[in-house]
Amino acid sequence: MHTISFHVNGEPQTVRVAATMTLLELLRDRLHLTGTKEGCGIGECGACTVLLNGAPVTACLILAVEADESTIETIEGETRNGQLSALQQAFIDAGAVQCGFCTPGMIMSARGLLRRNPEPTDEEIIEAIAGNLCRCTGYEAIIDAIRLAAAANRAREDDSLLDAAPPRDDEGAADG
Amino acid sequence: MTKGQPMADLKFVGKGISREDGVDKVSGSARYTHDLVVPGMLHTAVIRSPHASARIVSIETDAAEALPGVRVVLTGEGLCYRLGLYMQDKCILAREVVRYQGEAVVAVAADTLDIARAACQLIEIEYALNEAILDPRDAMQDGAHLVHPDLDSYDHMVGVFFPKAGTNVAHHQKIRKGDFDDAFESADVKLSASFYNPPVQHVPMETHATIAQALPGDRIELWTSSQSPYTVRHLMSVAFGMPHASIRVHVPYVGGGFGGKAGLGLEPLAYVLSRSAGGQPVKVVATREEEFNTLPSRQGLHSTIEIGCSKAGEIEALKSTYVWDAGAYADYGVNIGRAAAYSGGGPYSIDNCWIDSYVVYTNKIFGTAYRGFGHLEILWGIERAIDMMARKLKMDPVEFRRLNLLKEGDTTITGETFTSGHGSPVGCLDAAADALDWETPSAAPSEPGKVRGKGIAMLHKAPAMPTYTSCAAVIKLDEDGGCDILVSGVDYGQGTYTVLRQIAAEELKIPIERAHVTWECDTAFSPYDWQTVASRFAYMGGNAVIEAAADCLRQIREVAAHALDVEPDDIDCEDASAFVRGKPETKIPYGKLALGYTFPNGNSIGGPVIGHGRFIATGLTHLDPETGQGLPAQYWTYGAHAVEVEVDTETGEIEIVKIATALDAGKVLNPKLVAGQVVGGVIQGLGSALWEGFRFDETGRFLNPSFVDYKIPTAKDLPRETERIFLENPQPGGPYGARGVAEHPMISVPSAIGNALFDALGIEFTTLPLSYENILLRILETHAEKE
Repeated sequence: MHTISFHVNGEPQTVRVAATMTLLELLRDRLHLTGTKEGCGIGECGACTVLLNGAPVTACLILAVEADESTIETIEGETRNGQLSALQQAFIDAGAVQCGFCTPGMIMSARGLLRRNPEPTDEEIIEAIAGNLCRCTGYEAIIDAIRLAAAANRAREDDSLLDAAPPRDDEGAADG
Repeated sequence: MTKGQPMADLKFVGKGISREDGVDKVSGSARYTHDLVVPGMLHTAVIRSPHASARIVSIETDAAEALPGVRVVLTGEGLCYRLGLYMQDKCILAREVVRYQGEAVVAVAADTLDIARAACQLIEIEYALNEAILDPRDAMQDGAHLVHPDLDSYDHMVGVFFPKAGTNVAHHQKIRKGDFDDAFESADVKLSASFYNPPVQHVPMETHATIAQALPGDRIELWTSSQSPYTVRHLMSVAFGMPHASIRVHVPYVGGGFGGKAGLGLEPLAYVLSRSAGGQPVKVVATREEEFNTLPSRQGLHSTIEIGCSKAGEIEALKSTYVWDAGAYADYGVNIGRAAAYSGGGPYSIDNCWIDSYVVYTNKIFGTAYRGFGHLEILWGIERAIDMMARKLKMDPVEFRRLNLLKEGDTTITGETFTSGHGSPVGCLDAAADALDWETPSAAPSEPGKVRGKGIAMLHKAPAMPTYTSCAAVIKLDEDGGCDILVSGVDYGQGTYTVLRQIAAEELKIPIERAHVTWECDTAFSPYDWQTVASRFAYMGGNAVIEAAADCLRQIREVAAHALDVEPDDIDCEDASAFVRGKPETKIPYGKLALGYTFPNGNSIGGPVIGHGRFIATGLTHLDPETGQGLPAQYWTYGAHAVEVEVDTETGEIEIVKIATALDAGKVLNPKLVAGQVVGGVIQGLGSALWEGFRFDETGRFLNPSFVDYKIPTAKDLPRETERIFLENPQPGGPYGARGVAEHPMISVPSAIGNALFDALGIEFTTLPLSYENILLRILETHAEKE
């Protein structure tokens, strides 16, 4: 067993884990953060995408011990004080959600993209979610949602268009 | 007559309301069966057969049972249950023989998944190989190895399905109309062509998952990722001989289904494990590999289409022979074979029609419902053959279709009269063709070495369901004048709950924000629905909600009339209030009526307002066993796809330049949600067209049960442009005139692409998928033939 310490969605955590435990098992089974989904368990579908030190990873392919001293962001961290992020709202508005099982991973891939590239082209959006499988939507609305969220972020930077939601402290932060 | 409020007054129906479940799903708070933990829950691993056909000689489980943490090891021996909806041909675990590679043979429930998996490694199974029969055409031959020697002893829906004892034919559906032989003989132009569709997987992103608990007193509680709470309950009741009320089924959020989660899945296995574990709850979750090769798929199909036409281009005779590769079990497959027959001539007027649809057992993964229910498969053949015939006649494919499509006064191949209430197949054809500028030749390809082509294909489908299919809705009015809507159809992504909410708000005259569908079906509380399949939930559930709302309003009027000292007929309702007609100042808010009305002196009348609505299919008949004549369809939905492709002749790569889809929806209930459903369906159809298909080796081993070897469309595979066109010719009896469109966007996508490929390359494709590899091989073959 190994003792590891890390931050999940800003909260410090210290846990003892077996060497074989994956980050996905740690998040879902130990920390009960079940928003992160398992679609295949072998890194092929992207449903378990989370941000590890700001970069999107498939949590089923990362060992929990690799997360020692790291910063992890999951879908549960997207919502702040009960308020959806602009990205989450854009998924609803654009009709980018159907069964919803790929949605958390899709949003985390998009978050990773917008973090490193706040104004992505459609090609860059497609590249960023190419590893996230969705069987329901046909992806078009998901691409629309990410484009919409990028526009909302730009609008937020423009004071005249500030919406009611408080600015997220991580928007645009280059910590990845 | 359509059902519901007059069109002109609609506030919510027909509007692009966002889905109510969006917040739960984008925030990660939507709980799926995958996410659930019941205290004390055990975890399961399954050993699957490595052989397509073998006798189980022995199973040695002692070492596994001795492993600490192992609670139960079960084999098929002793599990003498037959399962099935239409045909009871399947056991919980293989008994005596295995019939496909991937079939579950042993299940272990243990304290952790790791222990269960380790225990599986300690189990020794000895098999004696049997002959494996892999091609359904071989399986139909006299003397073929029988996959089910006891077929004649299986219970099935009598009078609807006709298994042939002593053969591998689980069902043979016939359609006989007019005199095919004579008409074909005398036709001016004739065509015969054969086609093939491989089996494919649904690929819900949430694999099948179930938690079962055997409770004291012979009761069962289930949490399951299912499309069918009440059908699960019913089939469990039949299988285990328990009263329905002893079985409670919860269906939380479901991560996609597409037909694969209809009927029974892992529920019986989870239950018998829990029962053997002394009532500890047991969770069974399919791995992605098991989702591919243990759980059912879409059946493969071999089809032959013969068409005879007059010189003028009228179809005079059509014969289809469908040989379905049911795989090892045909519970659902038999009904697909039936639906394929009564739809089996395409959406055309055919006076002389002969169809044989055979559902044939083989030693492969078994089939079940998959979006389109046989129609993508049969229309791959029909719509390709229609194009081939148009060429023989030297007619434009659109013109040839327009001439032969069903029109008012025609009869379908089962004898149903086509009316304006069916919608407009011709309208769909023209709309799709126009969207692609059909008359204008393709623009020049983007690069040298590439060619372009256009193709079009029709689609049609009706709900394939028992003649007595029914459902109900309950609406409870809340103290604040809002409402909760209870149904047992499952919204596993289609958006139907949002549509039902729109309907309830519309009919009750309350703000949309105040109407809620209760998420999580529970057979203990939610009223009956057969199951969520066949593109019928918005139609049937919508009608039930309209009726439930009317029941609420009747109760509201009664109490308000008493309170205001008038007759109920004098009460109007608007803005969540009841008032005397013409006297809005008398209004009483619903909130003061929802639980009963209290007079100023304290006297009270009425009581909680709870509305009940129901719907049952009407007028449907069983099909005549010899001729197939009868009324199988509550309604039909017609549509068309027009597609332009660009093909790289050096590599076989194909790109979809544009695909336009026209559907006669009757009435669009929610444009935002239906647009998403159509795009999603088209892209799923693109998967069937270009990439997807199971591969087996010569021993029946399934070669591509993973996302690495079985590609589904990704964000990189999208067409350059998609377009959707909705016709709104109202459906009589439909809610606001709506008919189902859920499965339809997927159907005929491969056909349209196949037709476009001929236009681009001059090559007839008859086998799916139209992968780059297969396209290139055909290009090279054609070049070789020319040289």
